[in-house]
Amino acid sequence: MPEARDTLMPGRWSGFSPVTFILLVAAGGLILSSMQSVAPSPKQLVDGVPGMVSLVDRMLPPNTDPAFLKRIGLRIVETFQIALVGAAVGVLLSLPVGWLAARGITPFGRGGYLVKAFVSLLRTVPDLVWALLFVATVGLGAVAGTMTIIVDTVGFCGRFFAEAMEDSDKEPQEALSAIGASRMSILFGAILPDAAPSLINTSLFALEKAVRSSVVLGLVGAGGIGQELKVAFDLFQYKNASMIILAIFVIVLVMEYVTDRLRASLQ
Amino acid sequence: MPDLLEDTRSGLLPENVITPLRQGEETTNGAATILATSDLRKYYDRATPVLQGIDLSIRAGERVALIGSNGSGKSTLLKCLIGIHPNSGGRVTVMDHSFSRLPDAGQRRNIRRSTGFVFQKHCLVRRRTVLSNVVHGMLGTEGSWRGFSQAIAPEAWRLAALEALSEVNLESFALRRADALSGGQQQRVAIARALVRRPRLLIADEPAASLDPVSGRDVMELFSRLCKQHGITLLFTSHDMAHAREFSDRVVALRQGRIFLDRPSADVTDRDLQETFDA
Repeated sequence: MPEARDTLMPGRWSGFSPVTFILLVAAGGLILSSMQSVAPSPKQLVDGVPGMVSLVDRMLPPNTDPAFLKRIGLRIVETFQIALVGAAVGVLLSLPVGWLAARGITPFGRGGYLVKAFVSLLRTVPDLVWALLFVATVGLGAVAGTMTIIVDTVGFCGRFFAEAMEDSDKEPQEALSAIGASRMSILFGAILPDAAPSLINTSLFALEKAVRSSVVLGLVGAGGIGQELKVAFDLFQYKNASMIILAIFVIVLVMEYVTDRLRASLQ
Repeated sequence: MPDLLEDTRSGLLPENVITPLRQGEETTNGAATILATSDLRKYYDRATPVLQGIDLSIRAGERVALIGSNGSGKSTLLKCLIGIHPNSGGRVTVMDHSFSRLPDAGQRRNIRRSTGFVFQKHCLVRRRTVLSNVVHGMLGTEGSWRGFSQAIAPEAWRLAALEALSEVNLESFALRRADALSGGQQQRVAIARALVRRPRLLIADEPAASLDPVSGRDVMELFSRLCKQHGITLLFTSHDMAHAREFSDRVVALRQGRIFLDRPSADVTDRDLQETFDA
């Protein structure tokens, strides 16, 4: 019965409405017009090659002077301290913030949306802008960097902690509520244990992110290895700069390896 | 309580409706009423009433099976009794706390502190140890913030939890993670959690429904034995008529949100049960 079958056959493009088609075409047009304004032309790319070769030539070999390496080592330790303290304090602050923002769990009811909006504000302002603000308020150095990482981590973890709590198993919560447990007891007894793997995972990503952020915060005077990088470029000390870039690469790589291993052990 | 016997005689109720138990009528243990409802009503929306005037009285120490087809209002009734769901009308009295729509904060706290609740699914915190899950049973009590983990719980609570676990024969599993246990074992842990603080009333919503027949029977036997042993009033729902008759003193049947049958388990006939489930 080919005719009957044809009438039952669903269309190949069902669900692909004219509106969807128009939106896709508009999005494509926007990307193409933007590329014309800001993307590099093939000529620009070709013209840039000699400059790049010259820069790389001036960067090699990296500076391995022991006194310089010692100074870099201390700056790396400071960078790591900024990331670690900032991420740890940020994660701790994110727990109550996430609880207050979590839909269906927050004691604020609909007021939880205000907490979510506050977390969005922390997240949407870039970390370099926060660093500029903190340098202006507490002065140059690592303290401004640490405060930046704290704010950045609350913006990142606050949102994901809230979502993890919202997605936690509702049945144990209902069971504890039925025997008269308070909101706090339900939080510690049922919500946090169930959301723990997600919370730890997010915290490890936050630490990884904090290390990457703390590396560049020095560019605006907020301490860490980035400050040395800025000085090296400002004074055209490209061999110093290449060594610093190499050191940054190593610490980011080590941090990703460690957090990957920790995440794997959680599975 | 409205005179349902009179309603039956006057034709307001169908003839096959069996009059509900009156206080002291069939229950001859002379115990005080622990739970009573009067004209209890519940609507999720006006077009679909779930409970349509429930008058029920349960005496301390009774074991009552609540039966009825899907959608007859059994689970809703259980949740209305302890204020998980707000009532739409009527009155509920649980252990001298009387409320209409919802119990106030103090009543809710007192009712829930004296009530154990076991759900169809065990509702354990799966990543926590069995012992921690049982210690959770103390969470509603005074100063219970330490009850969220056995590691920081007071020693007396840990001992009580271990004793409750031994009553359900799971003391050797105390430090295993809850999700490492079988479904039947997890439900036994849920029973231990409900019993750990010796509630006066235990409410169970189809506690054996998610278990295989053998585990389901084990769980029901355990319920029945422990409630008898500790003098705990038991109100449970079940779709298994053998369980309802064997493990209760009294069977209450709901049909379309009304009490259709209420009599001692020994007097419930197969015909009664068939009529309960007939549309």
